[in-house]
Amino acid sequence: MMMRYILWRIAAMIPTLLIISALIFTIIELPPGDYFESYISELQAQGEGVDMQEIEELRAQYGFDKPPILRYFHWVGGMLTGDFGYSFEYQLPVNEVVGDRLWLTILVSFCTILVTWLVAFPIGIYSATHQYSWGDYGLTFLGLLGIAIPNFTLALILMYFANIWFGISIGHLMDQKFLGEPMSWEKAKSILEHLWIPVIIVGTAGTAGMIRRLRANLLDELQKQYVVTARAKGLHPFRALIKYPLRMSLNFFVADIGSILPQIISGAEITAIVLSLETTGPMLIKALQSQDMYLAGSFLMFLAFLTVIGMLISDIALAFLDPRIRLQGGSAK
Amino acid sequence: MNSGADLLRIEQLGIAFKMMGGQLEAVRNASLRVLPGKVTALVGESGSGKSVISQAVMGILPNTASATGRILFCDPENPGNPIDILSLPRDGKAIRDLRGRRLGKIFQEPMTSLSPLHTIGNQVGEALRIHEPVSKAETRDRVEEMLGLVGFANPARTREMYPFELSGGMRQRTMIAMALICRPSLLIADEPTTALDVTIQAQILQLLRELQAKLNMAMLLITHDLGVVANVADEVVVIYRGEIMEAGPVETIFRRPAHPYLKGLMAAVPHFDMKPGERLKALREIPVNADTLIGKRKQERQGPEILLSVRNVIKTYGTRKSSWFGKNTAAGVRAVDDVSFDVRRGECLGIVGESGCGKSTLSKIVMRAVTPDSGSVTYFDRDGKAIDVLSSEGNDLKTLRTKIQMVFQDPVSSLSPRMTIQNILSEPLEIHDRGSAQERKEKVLRLVQAIGLDQSALNRYPHSFSGGQRQRIGIARALALGPDLMICDEPVSALDVSVQAQILNLLKDLQKELGLTYFFISHNLAVVDYMADRIAVMCGGRIVELAPRETLMRSPVHPYTKALLAAVPFPDLDRPLDFAAVQACGATGTASWAAQFRADNDDNALAAADLGGGHIVLARRNADVRELQP
Repeated sequence: MMMRYILWRIAAMIPTLLIISALIFTIIELPPGDYFESYISELQAQGEGVDMQEIEELRAQYGFDKPPILRYFHWVGGMLTGDFGYSFEYQLPVNEVVGDRLWLTILVSFCTILVTWLVAFPIGIYSATHQYSWGDYGLTFLGLLGIAIPNFTLALILMYFANIWFGISIGHLMDQKFLGEPMSWEKAKSILEHLWIPVIIVGTAGTAGMIRRLRANLLDELQKQYVVTARAKGLHPFRALIKYPLRMSLNFFVADIGSILPQIISGAEITAIVLSLETTGPMLIKALQSQDMYLAGSFLMFLAFLTVIGMLISDIALAFLDPRIRLQGGSAK
Repeated sequence: MNSGADLLRIEQLGIAFKMMGGQLEAVRNASLRVLPGKVTALVGESGSGKSVISQAVMGILPNTASATGRILFCDPENPGNPIDILSLPRDGKAIRDLRGRRLGKIFQEPMTSLSPLHTIGNQVGEALRIHEPVSKAETRDRVEEMLGLVGFANPARTREMYPFELSGGMRQRTMIAMALICRPSLLIADEPTTALDVTIQAQILQLLRELQAKLNMAMLLITHDLGVVANVADEVVVIYRGEIMEAGPVETIFRRPAHPYLKGLMAAVPHFDMKPGERLKALREIPVNADTLIGKRKQERQGPEILLSVRNVIKTYGTRKSSWFGKNTAAGVRAVDDVSFDVRRGECLGIVGESGCGKSTLSKIVMRAVTPDSGSVTYFDRDGKAIDVLSSEGNDLKTLRTKIQMVFQDPVSSLSPRMTIQNILSEPLEIHDRGSAQERKEKVLRLVQAIGLDQSALNRYPHSFSGGQRQRIGIARALALGPDLMICDEPVSALDVSVQAQILNLLKDLQKELGLTYFFISHNLAVVDYMADRIAVMCGGRIVELAPRETLMRSPVHPYTKALLAAVPFPDLDRPLDFAAVQACGATGTASWAAQFRADNDDNALAAADLGGGHIVLARRNADVRELQP
């Protein structure tokens, strides 16, 4: 039963992704001109000669002389075989341009989500069980601050004070000498040393929001009759809390996964620019500006893929967590 | 009294809640006892503090409550050493050790008292796992034994089910199993049957009695229903506004009630032995001022005898049953299945049935709030003009809307909390453009006076009224347009007994004064018996029996009607429930019906058979009428 559901959901992802890819392609194609035209005008503006023949050759090579519909299929077909196209800006295949950055992005995002949960859970539970206490008010205040301060502002402030007080620069994800080098113990250590700052900065708002939602959900559940039932059985109040209301309030938490993944990855872009992180964010923005279409398209597809995967994970997890979803089939009403 | 003999002794208990501006005393100076192996019933209306007492005994009072006095629990396992529950630290180890092990509790709402995410086995076995060092296999065996004891046919299967897969009665059985798994010496049952249908209620009461005798356990039964008390209790304690009014053995309490409150309560309950025309004595009677409703006084019965004619109405609700793999099978449930009847001008037609029998759907069809799949509903106005309720448009529909009005079950949610009483009552007049602003104002004033409220009520909001007063406002709103037919959908089931009598009497008086016709829906047979001239019994979407009141009560023919009548607990010690008769009945128990009443999966097998004198019963087409006679 469950297996069939999962397989069905995975199968349903294919048309979803196809539709998304068509949308992305259309949007990138919408502005007049292409990369070569912007490239030519840039060269001309600098007073340099343009080797039109080379340009025409490139155009032919990447099918820019063909109608858009053919180019779309070429692009999608390439992605299926792991060929994401060619970045004109960097004059390298997209795979190589993105390379490390993709993994670093995933690392930053994953750590951020983890930290968000680790911090939000205990605080949310504390706030709900000690409603209207000083602790609750204090944590709520901090949380609201976290929501209110934009990430990039926080990044700027942190950078400023780190420089003034400790005299260090906290930008980048690793020491600059490791850039472009193969992975080594030294490099990994350097990444970990730099990692915590973007994680904290990107995670604040998410953590604060999650604390608020967990608190609200838990407060609702704590009033429910089955909590009294559990206490009437002689269950320790804390264990009753973990077993019943917390479990119930997990539903929203899990349902959140789907939106958290892409949100954190795309939401971190401005922070990434401010901190000059070696993630994909700054690259995506630049690629969009210069109409570097294969690079931009690949990035957008990647985001879409994460969204769809996140939804899948949260739906499956929900079905595992809640027997009503698992056993009742569709809704009865 | 020798305190050693009492299992539970509550002495001078006072419970107060911290409120915004001071303290609210919920319970004052209450003392009561529960004898080992006996049932003590704590009777009172809502807000009387009876549930708070039960919470205090379990030590699960809300944080804002503070208790004084003593609650002594004398555990038979450890006699001669009573424990004062109030002196134990809140949620400490000592009280947790008592909860679930020596004290079990079942709650009113079986729907919300169980966690929807955990299996029955998990929840029932939990108390066992907490209190006793048991292995997994042992837990499973004990859980299955307990589930068998509370009447589950297949305990092994039930153990793995989730609460949402069970009906209300089954969930309450699960709650009982959960409370009794550790064999407590005291069971606290807080309104254990209030949320259940009468036939299910009778089964649960029987189960509680049996288990109580079998496990030799005492029970503190909290209820508002004197009928339940008469059938189950050994001792009775009556509580009113946080104070104990009267206490004693059930015999004394029922045969010689001394306190005026208790006497009043007993006179306020409708029962089957009322003489025609006998009135209930509400604790506080509401004078009806129908005289002020000019233009609607004492209209003689004009027009044709039939006011409303319902023919072959069918309504099917589709339930989408989809499996995980997109296979949708549309299985329809017939909420109303080929129902035909007439409502006569000036009468009160009662509809009785248990939850899910289709009575509310039927009322909505008559209101034209729900469109049936087929069938016809015709309304005859005073001039004899027939209006098709289901398809009328324009002016006809507008007239219809003024002629048929509804009184709802829930007085809280049926009045908008953002409108004053003035606005609520004048809204129907504004919609139908009745009179000038000044005239509407006068009319509203007359309406509130008619239901026994005064002018000062007009500028207040619904939240400042009690449940009974809100229901009266609901009735006034229904009266505003001068309807002929009032549909009352469970108008008193959300109200306390004493208020219930008040509302029923008000409805009766209004009917007499204004010549109204009622279509009165209730699950409570005694209430319908008090109100109705003719009674229709619904079961599974069909009217199984329809007869004048006396006929139906004296000589019911259909087995379902009989079961329903047998399941009503009387507040009378000489008429105990016949538990044998209630077993295996209810809407699902059709298999036990006599052959001539069963459809046996043949959709067209049953038809209404006329027994004469307006007595109609649903039976097989080929059944002999004489055979059906009682």
